[in-house]
Amino acid sequence: MKILVPIKRAIDYNIKPRVNRNGDGVVTEGVKMSINPFDRIALEEAIQLRERGEAEEVIAVSIGVASTEQQLRNALAMGADRAILLTTEQAVQPPLAARALLAIRAELDADLVLMGKQAIDDDANQTGQMLAGLWDRPQATFTSRLEVESGWLHATREVDAGLETIAVELPAVVTADLRLNEPRLIKMPDIMKAKRKPLDERPLEALNLSMPAQLEVLSYETPPARQGGHRVESVSELVDELKQRGVI
Amino acid sequence: MGRTLIIAEHDGLNLNAATGKTLTAALAIDQPVDIAVLAADADAVAQAAASLKGVETVFRVERPENEHPLAAMLAPQIADLAARYSHLLMPSTTYGKDVLPRVAALLEAPQVSDVMDVIDAHTFRRPIYAGNVLTTVKAPTDCPVVATIRPASFAEAEAGGNATIEAWQSDQTLPTHTRFEQLHSAQSDRPDLQSAKRVVSGGRGVGSAENFDVIFRIAERLDAAVGASRAAVDAGYVSNELQVGQTGKIVAPSLYLCFGISGAIQHLTGIKDANLIVAVNKDPEAPIFEVADIGLVGDLFEVIPELEAALSQ
Ligand SMILES: Cc1cc2nc3c(=O)[nH]c(=O)nc-3n(C[C@H](O)[C@H](O)[C@H](O)COP(=O)(O)OP(=O)(O)OC[C@H]3O[C@@H](n4cnc5c(N)ncnc54)[C@H](O)[C@@H]3O)c2cc1C
Ligand SMILES: Nc1ncnc2c1ncn2[C@@H]1O[C@H](COP(=O)(O)O)[C@@H](O)[C@H]1O
Repeated sequence: MKILVPIKRAIDYNIKPRVNRNGDGVVTEGVKMSINPFDRIALEEAIQLRERGEAEEVIAVSIGVASTEQQLRNALAMGADRAILLTTEQAVQPPLAARALLAIRAELDADLVLMGKQAIDDDANQTGQMLAGLWDRPQATFTSRLEVESGWLHATREVDAGLETIAVELPAVVTADLRLNEPRLIKMPDIMKAKRKPLDERPLEALNLSMPAQLEVLSYETPPARQGGHRVESVSELVDELKQRGVI
Repeated sequence: MGRTLIIAEHDGLNLNAATGKTLTAALAIDQPVDIAVLAADADAVAQAAASLKGVETVFRVERPENEHPLAAMLAPQIADLAARYSHLLMPSTTYGKDVLPRVAALLEAPQVSDVMDVIDAHTFRRPIYAGNVLTTVKAPTDCPVVATIRPASFAEAEAGGNATIEAWQSDQTLPTHTRFEQLHSAQSDRPDLQSAKRVVSGGRGVGSAENFDVIFRIAERLDAAVGASRAAVDAGYVSNELQVGQTGKIVAPSLYLCFGISGAIQHLTGIKDANLIVAVNKDPEAPIFEVADIGLVGDLFEVIPELEAALSQ
């Protein structure tokens, strides 16, 4: 089995993003960028599948600016065998990402696309489902447990009602939820080794995709901050106030 | 003039409250609204949908394959039905999040996720970066508008409707590559988290699954739903469907009372729509106090018994 793992470069999850002065974007200058956390989980799962002998090769792919090379090098250091960077300066919305992934998947003939359920920048939660729809193959979204059994996957999904298990036939798309695994930390020697792993960089345009319909982004703004209130000193003071406000 | 189609969310018997909230968002677009119920037997849910005010037609889309909500089965039928519509909406619950982008791909349309404000028929406001930024986006006018609606941002639909109920069938061959196996729900007699008027939550500070009993006890006293932080779920204190936050549920109760939760931004995303946030934490510096309307510094194991005693008076 060959596994394709899409990796998105996003502002690190520990950093609180700020809207820029023109209100037409978010400040990224000097801001720490990382692999989208859900994509690290997807990558960890792919590596574990290879370590268990279920997969032969794990290929990381990203669509993004040239400096996304940093995140792909990290993916290689974590354990991906090789990486592909489709460079573009434009913002990549899910319909475009899905089409690019569809093309790369076909080129590599990958059996499984294992990706994040959501990018923590746009919070769209769309790309995997769109890819599966365009490809006309199964999707197992929000996966917290994954097992392989003779050409099929059993995926346990975190849904509002609890845990749902479905079986999907390969080839398929799986999107990772937080509890699928705990991604390994990268060690120094791995970073050195990753430098020698293949990273193929080419312009996104080389895929000759027709541009899908996109959303036009009109503005960005900071939401009104929730003002902290006050403290109470005791439980009886708390209960009095809750009663006074009519919530209990 | 355009027309809006909503895909109902249900468990086979009951219409989920998120569908009604999606209707409220749809009515803000100011054009006729229909609802489709995809199920093996859609009778009860279709009746409930037809009684919501402002709905013109409810479609029963019945096939044995529709018994479980599998995106690969539902999406081709929805795409078929949606061909006649300018707008297609689902709630941004795990059901809508799973199904709708697949439909959007089939319709070659982009999707607007988590609509929190309808500005006009094509312009919407939505949160990004875990709600730390809001963005206003415009959907193209030469393809259907496909959007998920953030239930916490819209009021419940009104009753008193009298829609026509019609059957609709798509004769598509559905795939065999996806099979439902099972659904495991932790049984609980507490109210539903996403529509509850009061929510009591616990975090890592609660310390263990056994200790979580005190959270359930106080919730019962207050007739509240129970929620949890990711750390509490990860540690196995409670099951995943209780997680509140960026990757859990978004709640919008009139009272959110939380114990032993530090207030990470990913958790706060899920509680911003609460009317009143009350936090109990033993660390006076905990970030939760920066957003809580009422804060009490203290040990939850001392506070909860006192609170129970005070409430039973
Ligand atoms: C991509 C991503 C998505 C995430 N999504 C979510 C999400 O959806 N929901 C979510 O909640 N988190 C989410 N997280 C995790 C989040 O960052 C925090 O790690 C998590 O919310 C912390 O949970 P906590 O507050 O229970 O634990 P901690 O941060 O460990 O806080 C425990 C608190 O309990 C207090 N405490 C301890 N003992 C007591 C006592 N006896 N009495 C009173 N107080 C006590 C401590 O002072 C402390 O403040 C996400 C993280 C990432 C990276
Ligand atoms: N530009 C991109 N490059 C690589 N992967 C992407 C890109 N955009 C989205 N993805 C993948 O799609 C997932 C869901 O993203 P989204 O639909 O934007 O929330 C991410 O977790 C990534 O795995």
